[in-house]
Amino acid sequence: MSIAQSNKFGFTINRSRLIDYDSSDRKVREFITLKEPSFRLCFACGGCTATCTAGQHTSFNLRRMNTYIRRGEIEPLREEVKRCMLCGKCLLVCPRGVNTRNVVAAAADAIGKLERNEL
Amino acid sequence: MKPEGKKRIWAEYQKEIPDDHFFYVRSCIRQTFFAGSEQYFLKILRDDLGKDVFEDPRHTTCTGIGYHGDVVPFETIQAVVARHFALATEAGYRHIAISCVTSFGIYSEILETWKHFPETLERTREDLYKATGRTFEVPETISHTSDIIYKFRDQIARKAKYNLVDINTGKPLKVVEHIGCHYSKMFPKYGVGGAEFPHVLVGMVEAWGGDIIDYPERRHCCGFGFRQYLVQANRGYSLFASRKKFESMEPYRPDMIIANCPGCTMFMDRWQYTIREIDGITYGADGQGIPVLTYEEVAGLILGYNPWELGLQYHNVQSLPLLRRMGIKADPSERFLAKDGSRLPEPANLING
Repeated sequence: MSIAQSNKFGFTINRSRLIDYDSSDRKVREFITLKEPSFRLCFACGGCTATCTAGQHTSFNLRRMNTYIRRGEIEPLREEVKRCMLCGKCLLVCPRGVNTRNVVAAAADAIGKLERNEL
Repeated sequence: MKPEGKKRIWAEYQKEIPDDHFFYVRSCIRQTFFAGSEQYFLKILRDDLGKDVFEDPRHTTCTGIGYHGDVVPFETIQAVVARHFALATEAGYRHIAISCVTSFGIYSEILETWKHFPETLERTREDLYKATGRTFEVPETISHTSDIIYKFRDQIARKAKYNLVDINTGKPLKVVEHIGCHYSKMFPKYGVGGAEFPHVLVGMVEAWGGDIIDYPERRHCCGFGFRQYLVQANRGYSLFASRKKFESMEPYRPDMIIANCPGCTMFMDRWQYTIREIDGITYGADGQGIPVLTYEEVAGLILGYNPWELGLQYHNVQSLPLLRRMGIKADPSERFLAKDGSRLPEPANLING
């Protein structure tokens, strides 16, 4: 919507917060699970996020990224994945032994493939 | 299932609607935006059905908008409603007919409060007496005006000059019914069919020959919500809720929407224009918009009243294609002609105008 239209009414149509699992894009999730099967083991405890150095200085949140991947929300994932420094501290704390660094690398790979229409 | 068992299960979904002698309380919004509806409610009840409906010019707003907007305290609104009951008591009426769904919700909430916390009733009696010197009796029944039209729907159908049928195809018109949230979602026992199966508009539409559309977001709020429209920046929430409903009903190709709440009628009508301006989408067949009518307007059309006297021209989505489908002859050039021949003000940005 243009600024002129927004000013005409002083408000716009709010975006839906509803996640429609029927229409979610599963391609990225399937690609990551194929490349890093331990991704299935994640139970979203948030240990990775708590220890994350990038998360201390930016809004990066690995657990949230996990949710985006599972919901098929590609747009926010595109920004999120750029913030990780791939230091691997999260790997050391994961109680389920998920190769979290590889999950982020696979997500970045998937986003690149999506942009090149290769996924 | 045995019939008596079925009757018992459905007993709590029934509502007692009186047959006659109503004390009528008007709606702030409807008097302004759909003035023909209130006028024709009185006309249909008095002239077509021969009922006694009493109006007191001293009746005021219920202050419901202020109450839901957090500027009128509950004690104050109780005293205002108690004053309405006092006017009814003075006139000798025990059945209240409420034009507005917001007011209906307010009356229900206050009656339930008085029932469960009797001390609040005593406090209100004291407040009203100190402020105005009036006393009152708690009414025997409260009915929304759609309840009353619902009760007499078959009598109206017997007098019908038109039906909710497409004369070109002979098929029933496809109607979306929308119940205001404050009608029965807050206090289900005060609504016909309760919160789960509100039958008040379905009964009317089916009695008058139409078909009801059962679409996924049928019971979703229209988005009116007082806090949403009182703050301009929040109106996007309201708009989003309406759009969600329109998108959900669109595949079923509705011919019209019938609503029993003044806010729902107004917003579902006006937002169609706003959505067209913002998103460039006009709903309805061939981009003609979906007309949103009140139940009195539909009853008036069925009974053969002039659509322009019912006030259909003051809706944002104009109803001419719908009228043609129903076989009602209405001259568009007379839409904005007053009875004395002068021109009435013509609203801007009409859809299908």
